[in-house]
Amino acid sequence: MTVNDAGRAASRDAGPLSPGDPMVRADSPELIQLLTPEGERVEHPDYPLEISAEEIKALYRDLVIVRRIDFEAIALQRQGELGIWASLLGQEAAQVGSARALEPRDMAFPTYREHGVAWCRGLDPVRLLGLYRGVNHGGWDPREHNFHLYTIVIGSQTLHATGYAMGIQRDGAVGEDGEAVIAYFGDGATSQGDVNEAFIWASVNNAPVVFFCQNNQWAISEPLERQSRQPLYLRAHGFGFPGVRVDGNDVLACLAVTRKAMKAAREGQGPTLIEAFTYRMGAHTTTDDPTRYRLSAELESWKLKDPIARVKQYLIRSQQADMQFFDDIEAEADEVGTRVRESCIEMPDPEPQAMFANVYTSPTRPLEAEEAGFTAYLDSFVGAAHEEGR
Amino acid sequence: MTTLTLSRALNEGLRKALEDHPKALIMGEDVGKLGGVFRVTDGLQKDFGEARVSDTPLAESGIIGTAIGLALRGYRPICEIQFDGFVYPAFDQIVSQLAKMRYRSLGNVMLPMVIRIPFGGGIGAVEHHSESPEALFAHTAGLRVVACGDPTEAFTMIQQSVSCDDPVIFFEPKRRYWEKADIDIAGALAAALPLDKARILASGTDVTVLTYGPMVRTCAEAALAAAGEGRSLEIIDLRSLAPLDTETIFESVRRTGRCVVVHEAPVTGGLGAEIAAQVTQECFYQLEAPVLRVGGYSTPYPPSRLEEYYLPDLDRVLDAVDRTFGY
Repeated sequence: MTVNDAGRAASRDAGPLSPGDPMVRADSPELIQLLTPEGERVEHPDYPLEISAEEIKALYRDLVIVRRIDFEAIALQRQGELGIWASLLGQEAAQVGSARALEPRDMAFPTYREHGVAWCRGLDPVRLLGLYRGVNHGGWDPREHNFHLYTIVIGSQTLHATGYAMGIQRDGAVGEDGEAVIAYFGDGATSQGDVNEAFIWASVNNAPVVFFCQNNQWAISEPLERQSRQPLYLRAHGFGFPGVRVDGNDVLACLAVTRKAMKAAREGQGPTLIEAFTYRMGAHTTTDDPTRYRLSAELESWKLKDPIARVKQYLIRSQQADMQFFDDIEAEADEVGTRVRESCIEMPDPEPQAMFANVYTSPTRPLEAEEAGFTAYLDSFVGAAHEEGR
Repeated sequence: MTTLTLSRALNEGLRKALEDHPKALIMGEDVGKLGGVFRVTDGLQKDFGEARVSDTPLAESGIIGTAIGLALRGYRPICEIQFDGFVYPAFDQIVSQLAKMRYRSLGNVMLPMVIRIPFGGGIGAVEHHSESPEALFAHTAGLRVVACGDPTEAFTMIQQSVSCDDPVIFFEPKRRYWEKADIDIAGALAAALPLDKARILASGTDVTVLTYGPMVRTCAEAALAAAGEGRSLEIIDLRSLAPLDTETIFESVRRTGRCVVVHEAPVTGGLGAEIAAQVTQECFYQLEAPVLRVGGYSTPYPPSRLEEYYLPDLDRVLDAVDRTFGY
């Protein structure tokens, strides 16, 4: 028995963590849930949610459309139109629920998988494709929708979010009608120093930031047990702020829990860690092959907890939506998908000289000289081709 | 004229920057009540308050990462990294986030930040307190890298760096913190060179000596000694290490025909290597000798009892000058 094994045996029975493990069981008491996988509405004493049928239908629309955008992007990658894509499949409820809890004035700091959050913030999904097609590194203005650039280095954005929240404090924008920040990251990121430093900074400054961890169980091929010996939300207690675990496949619970945490942050009660317990149904990215490291049975068990099917079930059972509603949503999703597809294919490559732009607020002389040399070099081919043609 | 040490000149420069820019903030380890381990921020927290001069937790990545967030919110953070050898935990935030954010955003995001780093040896310190990591940052596109060489320059360059809308890595020659100069507090900034220009400290005709930071004084002294031996050295304080003011460099070398680059950092892959390559390419027909480099050896910084052998000094500079006449 290795040291590692001995530690594991001491802390709990044996065997690897799995969704059936008591420590992480999806129906464990600490998991906040307002809509069961079967589509049954349940109450939670700490998270009462008054929500109209129209609001739930709007959430359903978001969920379906972001899944469609995701499907379309995967297809575009398969056809060579995108270099890579990071699918959000399975995490729609965590993203839509949390993002719909934000006010327009709140600021969101995403990873590279937050396509559902981007949608809810109002960023045109076509804008997401530039990064994955290789025509830019994101390029949108974060202030336009209060949605920061995608961040690829794991966990770095949690510090930016915390610093931004400290700026809100210095602006005196905490209190009634205050502002707050949400930082998105994954289970793997919780091992990063930056995330732990962000927890410390947020805590000692009582900064208005909510840490929203989508625990999708896998960091590429590494299961949660490679990152943590205890449920992630419990880590918050060690840093001195509350942590909660929510059913990440329950859009209503994600909405209610995030709403409460954001409200607390805006009002000056400091940070909260939300662990949205969910599952990455697809590959890490289109270059990944999850059959090499995880069992299909696990995937099958999570399919039964699908974030969209349960909302549909609920709307049908409670007779809040008819088939026409669902057909209309499908048609709208098709339209969005078609537009995403066409816009992607039409997206032009940047001019070669574009690589020299925006390195500094004004170009430095050495950089100008390099660009001039590069242009002259390119022009030399134009001349040569011209002569050849003659 | 006011007589100030380099450390005090920085302090006065920071004070003016905090007055001129309401969004400027100072953050770092021990910068508040203590006033920094070199007292560069002495008294600033008392006068500007804890929201503008803040002691941070002891984690360099956190200092830079949260400063980036503050800059995104419209602030103008001035971060202190306590010693050169402690900047590496922040390297990822500096290189992958700070340097590239403007580029990634297609110019939509501006990060007007200054990272102050005391650098170099010569103070008898324990390890990790005497390093010269400037080439690592000069190699990174998106950063401006500067080093001040005397109190007046410290006073003006720190103000220019805070006003700059690009991220600036600001290197302070720590062994020169206690050296004094008379500074025209009211007029110095208006008289200062732009931040990206080199300055000709001493005009000469025989050899161009390029240097920066703590070696500026060493090279100035070498010029005096050389003059006694009938050799005329042109001393150029580079000031800006990224971008390099190649115009001033090339113009000088074309006149003198000889070039020596002096820095404390190890010569391997250092700024001197970059300068030598560029000078060779652009001044090839005027050169009477190869460009020579004088710098630290390619070892980790040695124990302090050996640092006088490791660090370039007046004699090593003159030795290199002599060698340029041997070709």
